[in-house]
Amino acid sequence: MTEKEKRELSSLRIRRIFGYIFLILLTVVCLFSFYILLINSTRNHVDIQKGFSPLPGKGFARNFNNLMDNPNLPVFRGLLNSFIIAASSAVLTTYFSSLTAYAIHAYDFKGKKAIFTFILVIMMVPTQVSALGFVSLMREWKLINTYVPLIVPAIAAPIVFFYLKQYMESSLPMEIIEAARIDGSPEFRAFNTIILPIMKPAIAVQAIFSFTASWNNYFIPSLILDKKDMKTLPILIAQLRSADFLKFDLGQVYMLIALSIFPVIIVYLFLSKSIVQGVALGSVKG
Amino acid sequence: MKKFRKILAIMLVLVMAFSMAACKGNDTPTTGGDATPTAEATQGATQGAEATEPAAAEEGKVFNIYCWNDEFQRRVKAYYPGYVDNGDGTGKIGDVTVNWIITPSDDNAYQNKLDEALLAQENAATDEKLDLFLIEADYALKYVNTDYTMSVADLGLSADDMKDQYEYTKDIVTDPNGVVKGTTWQATPGLFAYRRSIAKDVFGTDDPVEVQKRLSNWDDFNKIAEEMKAKGYTMLSGYDDSYRTFSNNMSGPWVQDGKIVVDDNMMKWVDQTKEFTDKGYNNKTSLWGDAWSSDQGPDGKTFGFFYSTWGINFTLMGYSLADSNAAAEVGNGIYGDWAVCEGPSPFYWGGTWICGATGTDNKSLIRDIMYTLTCDAATMKKITEVEQDYTNNKAAMEEIANSDFQSAFLGGQNHIKLFAAAAPKIDMSNISPYDQGLNEDFQTYFKDYFDGIVTKDEALQNFYKNAIIKYPELSY
Amino acid sequence: MLKKKTSCVKYTKWGYIFLIPFFLVYTVFSLIPLISTFYNSFFENYMSGLSHIGPTFVGIENFKRIFSEGDMLIYTKNTLIMWALGFVPQIIVSLLLAAWFTDVRLKLKGATFFKTIIYMPNLIMASAFSMLFFNLFSDIGPINDILVDVGILSEPFRFLSNVNGTRGLIALMNFLMWFGNTTILLMAGMMGIDTALFEAAEVDGAKSLQIFRLITMPLLKPIFVYVVITSLIGGVQMFDVPQILTNGNGSPNNSTMTLIMYLNKHLFSKNYGMAGALSVILFFFTAILSLLVYFKISKKEN
Repeated sequence: MTEKEKRELSSLRIRRIFGYIFLILLTVVCLFSFYILLINSTRNHVDIQKGFSPLPGKGFARNFNNLMDNPNLPVFRGLLNSFIIAASSAVLTTYFSSLTAYAIHAYDFKGKKAIFTFILVIMMVPTQVSALGFVSLMREWKLINTYVPLIVPAIAAPIVFFYLKQYMESSLPMEIIEAARIDGSPEFRAFNTIILPIMKPAIAVQAIFSFTASWNNYFIPSLILDKKDMKTLPILIAQLRSADFLKFDLGQVYMLIALSIFPVIIVYLFLSKSIVQGVALGSVKG
Repeated sequence: MKKFRKILAIMLVLVMAFSMAACKGNDTPTTGGDATPTAEATQGATQGAEATEPAAAEEGKVFNIYCWNDEFQRRVKAYYPGYVDNGDGTGKIGDVTVNWIITPSDDNAYQNKLDEALLAQENAATDEKLDLFLIEADYALKYVNTDYTMSVADLGLSADDMKDQYEYTKDIVTDPNGVVKGTTWQATPGLFAYRRSIAKDVFGTDDPVEVQKRLSNWDDFNKIAEEMKAKGYTMLSGYDDSYRTFSNNMSGPWVQDGKIVVDDNMMKWVDQTKEFTDKGYNNKTSLWGDAWSSDQGPDGKTFGFFYSTWGINFTLMGYSLADSNAAAEVGNGIYGDWAVCEGPSPFYWGGTWICGATGTDNKSLIRDIMYTLTCDAATMKKITEVEQDYTNNKAAMEEIANSDFQSAFLGGQNHIKLFAAAAPKIDMSNISPYDQGLNEDFQTYFKDYFDGIVTKDEALQNFYKNAIIKYPELSY
Repeated sequence: MLKKKTSCVKYTKWGYIFLIPFFLVYTVFSLIPLISTFYNSFFENYMSGLSHIGPTFVGIENFKRIFSEGDMLIYTKNTLIMWALGFVPQIIVSLLLAAWFTDVRLKLKGATFFKTIIYMPNLIMASAFSMLFFNLFSDIGPINDILVDVGILSEPFRFLSNVNGTRGLIALMNFLMWFGNTTILLMAGMMGIDTALFEAAEVDGAKSLQIFRLITMPLLKPIFVYVVITSLIGGVQMFDVPQILTNGNGSPNNSTMTLIMYLNKHLFSKNYGMAGALSVILFFFTAILSLLVYFKISKKEN
């Protein structure tokens, strides 16, 4: 081993140690919130009100049972509803945004630049801007108490589109598209069978984002859904927080928050794998 | 690019035409003024004079109730005879299906939802019309002052039916023409709850009568705050604690002729709270914050809290315990160390009102629910006994007040007696439709003043500026 | 040559076809409410309780009012300050982490674990997250306890009653919620880079920093542009964290009131006219800002 190699190795070691310390610190900070959420779900209401505690209380079973006994809070139904909406949104938004991005990336047609600029511009519109108009419109169209207003708009997501378009620029050279065409695949099938798999890491990233955003969304769903069996988790949590003085119970609130976080973590862990494996690595080489 | 522009232009025109058409359809009736006593309404009144059977034959088969939690549902379930719970969140009264449309109050979602429904009421299908809805005092007049809310007389509830209800509970839901448009099962008079041990330490006595003598007006109250400080206690916990005792006693409504008027009494609250803060007579806490809650617990050094019925029986009691898993009894924390007295000013805190929505096809059912749950003395007494609610019925409450009822939590005191004495003194005739927003904002923007971040004048300007964003129709 | 031309024509129509779902859905669910928002900006149009005031055409009166009140500037400043406070540490940490995770030589053990962890704060809904922060940073919370016990402070620091304290907490929350997200984005970008390039560079004896600067960064540019733009848009649209943490008031003294919170105040009172005008202004503000950044960065690249 030469001096140079030795020096490099030791500098690598120092960087590694520094890296670990930093990462462990970040991990503690990141997991701390989850820990406290869990801890609070085991504590009694008045104890939570009176302040922080790093130690669990004795109220876990009580909080859980109280939550389950509430006939106006169908927790599992809420989990299912949230899952249906969040999963459908994630699927629709990634699929159609890829399609839209592919249209702009792979084809040359009149007005392409204008359309791209148009999407860039509408990307800036804050969602709050049209929220109330949106809700009145949905009422007019008799879409209150349906999942349509919560799922279908995901098809047109300018930000997801923009990300996938950028990703295609960096990882989907025209050669692959040309190759697919030479194989004689029809365009639509080529997109589904060749392009989508290449986009997997990027799609996984956007799927997590949109799943979480939809899972945690409260404002619009609270105005669209009022049928008990259609409500999503954030509505149920808010409903617990609106309880009257006799029923107001932070223990239950934290219990429901804790319960609602698990499915997201599972979906996240499931999707994070496909990013970590890095499907794209090989496909660009050719 | 040209083509694209053309497409966009066409789209714009189409959409504008569309939205204009939509605007036209949205013309809503103006409020106030011409309340039209229709033939239908008078008919309802005569019909209501007799005790009506719930769900008379010609009435609708679906009964929709809008609310933000399940408090009222629990009351109906337990105290309205004939209500059958379907187990799926709906219920049945006779052959009428009862739907509970619960929208949380977070982010104003409940009022948004209720507004949408009321505005769409006229054109809604019969079974989708909302029949009954619940409101809180601070925004009651927003609904009461409109034709969307029915007068209780038109529903068949007479003044005589409501004669035993506390006056202030009716003030809150009375429109400018003097028409009562709602009713509540609860009265929530407030008292000053104090720590007996601290009273003994400072005054040498913890007797509520003696303590009341020392703080029956604000000047004395402020003097005592100084004594408390000298002994290492704080008189109050935070900024908002005494707010209601001032805001419930204003000399006029918040808004007069479209102008926001800051009452002298409100500025008194500001000056008192600033003084308390600067001199250390309070702990600078905020309502419902953990420091505020903690001040009410065994480690607290705060003399007292302004609380109403529920706050004393439940909230304060919950916080008093050292071990929340053990039984609530003397020996657990400061259970038994509390007592109540009237304090310097009468006030109330909380409550939920029931209203009938114009356009309902279940008038007699609404009337019957209102009567049973808010007028019927027997039911009211039962609710108090079972739920420890202080109910809105003078006769029933007097009966308990004059009994030998004792609260172990309050060291054996009969606090119902004090509530019964306090409730008639509350005067809410100065309520306005803007109370919710203005009270919230006033507390928020003066908090900066108490914290020493802005001057009194800047705080006032911040308050005004934000108030007219919230209520564009107002000026100052 | 000839063949290519025909194929181009043949394929072009697919570009249009693939755009149909996006534009159809966008028009129906977003453009219509959006255009009515813009249209409303020229009207006095609000709800007073349950009665509808207007719509009355008032020209540019709403815009005049917004500009004459002068609060827009304060709120813009607040928004940008809080965005920068969160974004600068976020982009540094994220670049560092992404570089570590994708560094073939560093070979951090448990990298998968760490990668998985850092995104997790973003899974918690903002309201739950602020509930925790209220607890942690309250006057009697553990942070103050520790600071007083250690002797750094003599009495509890009242975070939420202090301009810097509140802004700092908001920036911290935004940082925690989004640094994992940014890291994942950058990583996904870095992993799309041909590893052969890294291997080749290594054979040539390039150092980590050099590889990062000369290979990773340039190839990362499209994703990097995306991160900056979306973060800027997200920053200008900053809403839920300060909204929930300050109960919508932007306290203390409006110092944490962001542009969208201001917009939300108008929406709260269903003031379609003023909210519309504010939206139009915000729209042009963000659009210009983002287009500038986009074209500047992508031009440099070419």
